[in-house]
Amino acid sequence: MDFLYKPWPWYVAGPLIGLTVPLLLLLGNKKLGISSTLRQICAACVPARLPLLTYDWRSESWNLIFAFGVLIGGVLGGVVLANPNAVAISTSTVAYLKSQGFNDPQGLMPSELFNWSSLVTMKGFIMMVVGGFLVGFGTRYARGCTSGHGILGLSALQWPSLLATASFFLGGILFSHFILPYIFAL
Amino acid sequence: MKNLKYLFVGIFFGLVLTKGEAVSWYRIQEMFRFEAFHMFGIFMTAVPVGALSLILIRKLNLRTQEGEPIRMPEKPYHHGVIIGSLIFGFGWALTGACPGPLYAQIGAGFLVTVVTLSAAILGTWSYAYLQKYLPD
Repeated sequence: MDFLYKPWPWYVAGPLIGLTVPLLLLLGNKKLGISSTLRQICAACVPARLPLLTYDWRSESWNLIFAFGVLIGGVLGGVVLANPNAVAISTSTVAYLKSQGFNDPQGLMPSELFNWSSLVTMKGFIMMVVGGFLVGFGTRYARGCTSGHGILGLSALQWPSLLATASFFLGGILFSHFILPYIFAL
Repeated sequence: MKNLKYLFVGIFFGLVLTKGEAVSWYRIQEMFRFEAFHMFGIFMTAVPVGALSLILIRKLNLRTQEGEPIRMPEKPYHHGVIIGSLIFGFGWALTGACPGPLYAQIGAGFLVTVVTLSAAILGTWSYAYLQKYLPD
């Protein structure tokens, strides 16, 4: 039963992620996309007569149920079948992160950074609150995220999705190399 | 109740994201530094599987469970595809999470991600508020 707790290699996880595209289409013409659930929550809670948020969100409520499923999937994968070992990232990434003041990896996320008390530090606030804000702002501006553009859009050979994917990778690469070190130093 | 099936697809998607470590902040740091193949391998197998199944759906004229013809996804160009995605990339590097993993991380026990998710919802609302002032 050991294999249940081990992380899945990319050649298992990748194809299974790809299969969600036809699965959702065949079950009911639904399009894989997670960032639209953020819009749904806004439309349901505070539409404020904004054009982007004024629509019949109830007719799209399937994706909120889908998102809740993703959360339960996280419980299954990260608690019930949790890998007892730390994520086996490359030794060069470990060395780099240690040079930036991080501990050896433990679990899926560095708990020394992602915790409640670090929210009131400049570093933690930028990483979680500002970071989260940029994720929500950017994905809505782009009308899609890693799933909607990166997986679904590319699978459907939509060239704007290729531009989106190239852009969010470019943004992440530039940010990681040139700006994150200054934030880690805070 | 007819939406219950999407709960199961969501559970499947979240389980794969978590066991595949795509929800890991460490994996995202490693990816943006090009220090391992793992995340690139996930994209480079997920997309062909998705693309091949769309080709099959079209070739075999498959229909949905309810017998509707399947509408192929279209993603028209607008400038936000570039500007918005760059902004999202900055946030992805910080949080180590795109929107899917935000939900999965909460489930995996990182409850503080509720704050990150709330910030993302605020970001989405702020875009909706500022939309008319920004280039499309």
